[in-house]
Amino acid sequence: MEKKYWQSIEETRADYKPPAEEKESSMIEILANEANEKSSSRRDFLKWCGISFFSATVISACENPVKKAIPYLHQPETLVPGKAHWYASSFVDGNRFCSVLVKSRDGRPIKIEGNDLCKFTGGGTNAITQASVLSLYDDGARYKYPMKNGEKTSWERADQEIKDTLREAEENGKKCYLVTPTLLSQSTVELINNLQVKYPSLELITWDALDYNSIRKAHQQSFATAAIPDYRFDKADLIVSFSADFLGTWLSPVSFAHRYAQTRRVSEEKPHMSRHIHFEAGMSVTGSNADERIAVKPSTELDIIMELYNEMAAITGNQVISSPSAGYDTKALAEEILANKGKTLVVCGHDNLQAQILINAINHMAEAYGNTLDNRKTLNMGHGDKEAFAQMIKEMETGNTELVMFYKTNPVYNHPEAEHFKAALANVPLSISFATAKDETANMCTYILPDNHYLESWGEFMPVWGTHTFMQPAMHPIFNTRQFQSSLLAWAEMNTDYHTYIKQYAERVLFPKQNEYTDYQQFWVNSLQAGVLEIDEIMAINPVLQRQAISDAVVQLKRQTAQAAEVQFSVTENVKVSDGAYANNPWLQELPDPITKISWDNFAAVSPRFAQENNLYDGDIIRINGMDIPMIIQPGQAYNTISVALGYGRENAGKAGENVGVNAFRLINDKPFSWNVENWEKTGKKYEFARSQTHHSMEGRHIVRESILEKYQTNPKAGNEIRDYHLKHMVTLYPEKEYKGHHWALMVDLNACNGCSTCVIACQAENNTPVVGKQEVKNRRIMHWMRIDRYYTGDIDNPGVVHQPLMCQHCDHAPCENVCPVAATNHSHEGINQMAYNRCVGTKYCINNCPYKVRRFNWFRYAMNERFNFNMNSELGRMVLNPDVTVRERGVVEKCSFCIQRIQDGKLKAKNERRKLKDGEISPACAQACPSNALVFGDLNDPHSRVAKLIKDPRNYHLLEELHILPTVGYLTKIRNKKG
Amino acid sequence: MIASSIRWPLVQGEKSYSDISKELTAPNETKPALWWYIGMSLGTIMLAFGGWAFYQSLTIGLGTWGLTNSVGWGWDIINFVWWIGIGHAGTAFTIFFLVFRQKWAASINRAAEAMTVFAVMCAALFPLLHMGRPWLAFFIMPYPNTRLLWVNFNSPLLWDVFAISTYLLMSITLWYFGMIPDLATMRDRATNKISKAIYGFFSMGWDGSMISYNRYENLTRLLGGLAAPLVISVHTIVALDFSISILPGWHATILPPYFFVGAIFSGFAMVLTIMILMRSAFKIKDFITDKHLDSIANVLKFGSLVIGLAYAIEIFIAWYSGVEYEIYTFFRARISGSFSTAFWIMVICNAIIPQVFWFKKARRNIWTLFAVSIIINIGMWYERFIILISSLAEDFLPSSWTHYSPTLVDIGVFVGTFGIFICGMLLFIRFIPIIAINEIKAYKKHGN
Repeated sequence: MEKKYWQSIEETRADYKPPAEEKESSMIEILANEANEKSSSRRDFLKWCGISFFSATVISACENPVKKAIPYLHQPETLVPGKAHWYASSFVDGNRFCSVLVKSRDGRPIKIEGNDLCKFTGGGTNAITQASVLSLYDDGARYKYPMKNGEKTSWERADQEIKDTLREAEENGKKCYLVTPTLLSQSTVELINNLQVKYPSLELITWDALDYNSIRKAHQQSFATAAIPDYRFDKADLIVSFSADFLGTWLSPVSFAHRYAQTRRVSEEKPHMSRHIHFEAGMSVTGSNADERIAVKPSTELDIIMELYNEMAAITGNQVISSPSAGYDTKALAEEILANKGKTLVVCGHDNLQAQILINAINHMAEAYGNTLDNRKTLNMGHGDKEAFAQMIKEMETGNTELVMFYKTNPVYNHPEAEHFKAALANVPLSISFATAKDETANMCTYILPDNHYLESWGEFMPVWGTHTFMQPAMHPIFNTRQFQSSLLAWAEMNTDYHTYIKQYAERVLFPKQNEYTDYQQFWVNSLQAGVLEIDEIMAINPVLQRQAISDAVVQLKRQTAQAAEVQFSVTENVKVSDGAYANNPWLQELPDPITKISWDNFAAVSPRFAQENNLYDGDIIRINGMDIPMIIQPGQAYNTISVALGYGRENAGKAGENVGVNAFRLINDKPFSWNVENWEKTGKKYEFARSQTHHSMEGRHIVRESILEKYQTNPKAGNEIRDYHLKHMVTLYPEKEYKGHHWALMVDLNACNGCSTCVIACQAENNTPVVGKQEVKNRRIMHWMRIDRYYTGDIDNPGVVHQPLMCQHCDHAPCENVCPVAATNHSHEGINQMAYNRCVGTKYCINNCPYKVRRFNWFRYAMNERFNFNMNSELGRMVLNPDVTVRERGVVEKCSFCIQRIQDGKLKAKNERRKLKDGEISPACAQACPSNALVFGDLNDPHSRVAKLIKDPRNYHLLEELHILPTVGYLTKIRNKKG
Repeated sequence: MIASSIRWPLVQGEKSYSDISKELTAPNETKPALWWYIGMSLGTIMLAFGGWAFYQSLTIGLGTWGLTNSVGWGWDIINFVWWIGIGHAGTAFTIFFLVFRQKWAASINRAAEAMTVFAVMCAALFPLLHMGRPWLAFFIMPYPNTRLLWVNFNSPLLWDVFAISTYLLMSITLWYFGMIPDLATMRDRATNKISKAIYGFFSMGWDGSMISYNRYENLTRLLGGLAAPLVISVHTIVALDFSISILPGWHATILPPYFFVGAIFSGFAMVLTIMILMRSAFKIKDFITDKHLDSIANVLKFGSLVIGLAYAIEIFIAWYSGVEYEIYTFFRARISGSFSTAFWIMVICNAIIPQVFWFKKARRNIWTLFAVSIIINIGMWYERFIILISSLAEDFLPSSWTHYSPTLVDIGVFVGTFGIFICGMLLFIRFIPIIAINEIKAYKKHGN
């Protein structure tokens, strides 16, 4: 407190009042005050200036947020901005294999394409492969650094503890396990063997959630060789499949679809095609393509296999073992198979050893081995060993296990007895997961040592004997992750990285086996560049049938089917999430199922008759063996069967994959006949699916034109007769457009297209199409630029199914163009219907006037929007965007552009090289991705191009040609090989 | 046009000129009744709901509406066409009055024109709001610009822009010029300075001299003549939005006349609704007589017959053409399929129920008149629903067939336009003489 001085005596008195200050203030003070006011007002002015400048800055900064662009300190010599780099690599995940080319822009992979040099896959891809690039940038789900009990740790510390544990386990006589799926990589197997030499207590368990091992074992029993022959669908005239969805999911669908399409394609030069008979319970992609599809229960299917064997055995004079009647004319089938000896291929998708043994016998009688079954270059898939895995669980329970490691396996989610397994896992002191991204097993493990994504990894694989493919990183690891093999190398204390290791492996093992190259360095560089190396290397099955296995198989099968219940279920793998590993990929989740057109869900499919008898409707939730699943009525579903897709109901997967559908792995059991529906009931609850197509009949319109082979052979215009009428009568008064340069066109062979939907994902990846989520799919606002329409024809219980890829038809008289008030959509001089996004104001008239309804409107802002929390809402997720294609703003219309950026790229390349464009050089993403080569793109003005020839094919027609809007996309009629 | 003058007295009751002025300015000069405040608050609430819906549409996007990949136009365009149709009556009345010298239209003219102005304003909102990027709406204006871009004159949407803006300007001009003498009356009668100044400003110094009246008459007749083709053009051009397309059910040459008749029909129905309300709210039964309502009912009866014929011809042509898509749209989707309920509501409301006006009793019963006028506007709304949605939702490829249902935002936008309409009409009756005083005075002698 400041000390107070008094000025006068009055002040000291209690009643003293100080005089008013104004009166006291002197002249000087007044002047000083004035000066003060003046200076403060200037300051105020400056302050206000400052505030207004500041707010102006802030406001303008709101308009244009600061974007980070960091230039290279040293520009890499080979990197040209705007120019893509391509790396040959391989997509491998357990049994799933595809040889690919990775398109990389500015150091980041943005697109996966098929590798033409790989004879095994034929240059195709599938939806999972196409979408795999998105998982690379999944920052929500990917593990970013090594973790111990959820806490960040260092690789060194983890390595030390694991090495110690491995060593101690050896000393204490305890067990250590490494669980992997089928390893197509021989170098990895060798590496694990090396590790086992160092730590003998380590055991390798191979376990596949979706197992093909029964085929391998059946060959062991039938031919004394544990191998899986390669299925040469291209050489087959008659294909009989028992629940093998070989075009969608079974073994190597990319290869099989490629081969299958070759036998299905008809032309005037080759007017014959294979015949495909398919037995299954639920409708699969493959079943939907069959010439004859027989919808039967799983137990009946096994009965048919037994009876078919017996019928064939009776005709060929082999041992007949009595079996129950299946109620199907197997005799005729047996005769048909035997009439096509050496040209028949019988496949079975059941993971059932006995059935596979009988299939081997059937194929043997049909003389398939050496013809339609390649018994020399056999497949390297299906090494899973369930017994060993079961043994491991027992060991884990006893407490005799010190360490268990999981590589690309997720048994906590997809082991049928997950609870049992979880309890066993909790019993193990140290557990390690190498998961790249979130999974249920990793969640329970002590250590998470994240593996690189395959686009960040090195690798060497042998999917089939004689074919070696390579994997090379297309980018430096994004996170602090380490390749699985490098971890093993560190623990083996081999002081090398995996890159060096496989280089040495190639030099040691592969180089000597080939004789094309004499110089190793040249060999390595060229092989890596090609991605594929073909060498003469076999693992042969000697087709001498061991007959003793057969009678035993029939006896056991009979015992199984005898226990079959009235209502049976079947679990199926779908083309989207497979065993659940891809559940967190929003592209795949949103992809409409090829048959049901349902996105973002799995479901229980029942037959129309079953639904009618039990008064069930689409969306009713039913309880099957204690599991609640919403159902749909599926035309073509076998009566009294319920099919459920696997891979859904993930609990720890990331935002896109969690709480989507139900986990059907829990339905699988180890009973003698495992497909019984012991009890089912209606819960009375309702569920709404997101479907991209809800009307399934063509209403008698000539949309998909179909005929049968017999008619086609006499009249190549069969099924397409109406076209002549349209061409004659539906004409215009106006002159037709003329194209002087190129005139781009796309031809779709409906006979080759199997509906697998790979093209849809390829298009989405190429053209930055947003994911809109379940609710928006339900609102019928899916953004895919191309879709595959699926229609049912004929009888609802056993319908014909047709698939029709539909993209913008690029009409020469496009109805969308003349109605746009601002001329935002127009026609190029090369016949492409173009969109100028900047010009579009979004009246949507073009959408209405498009008879194909292929135009898409940006109902919302899909990028950088919390409502659409998918890849476009994350900094890392947006890395996948193709910089050549604009990300469209809210309120504009978009559609297929025939991948104009790829056309432009191709034209520029040819121009720079001063040459003419070659046919096939340019192909849009959909056509490039197609494993069946069902889509052909080219220039109609080039008389030698494939499209110019195909457009003259009598099978060709244009969709809605009667409107005379002159679409440039053509369709070739679908021909089925069945009896008229 | 002698027939009209001897048919019935246009103004009932023994009125002097000052009675007419007094009675017709009473709603403007007395304090509004309770119902006016209730109406205004209701309108404001509707406006607020509409404001919310507008905000949602503009900030979040058209995803807030019920549209789909197949149904690109829904309630937005249904309501647009519906309002445009309603907005037809005002100008039609003007033409009846000015060009065909239908003197009975004099007392209805003013309110009908007001209704037109507000209805067209409501309608004009939809094309703007239904754009994906309304902030770039100026792109559809053909003006020389640095972007070197031009509009597409082939598109009926561009014709729409011209047709609607011309029509709106024309109806505002007609309405305003028609009320200049009355505004002067209001100015002269005004007791308060502010209203005197405002009315004075808008009456443009009208002095009521003979020469002014002479010029005024010539001008209104000229404007009426100019407006006449617009009545036909605006709705036929709206119809061309559909006719020019290739969709089954849209691509038909009958649509322009059909839309024109439909518009007159729904416009007159709305006029009837408003007249009945105004008659009961104010003591103006002597000016809008039962005979007036009777005439409107006769027009509606005739309109209903034409509409019914149009429906029948449309269906016949679909069958006669033999085009499978048209046959599906008319015979399956509309008559017996997913849209049959809406279709039959439309037929019953528009083509059947108005036939009660063959009976004089029905024409003279205020309740029947009121009910049928409402029913017709419901029916006409369904007509636009049927045309738009059934053709879009089930067109050529069954794979893209969808269902359409509006969202709360869709409903909000529609309710909001009602708010604009109601508030606009209530403000109109509060501040402007609802019946053209000068015209009534001119025709008074015919009645007496």
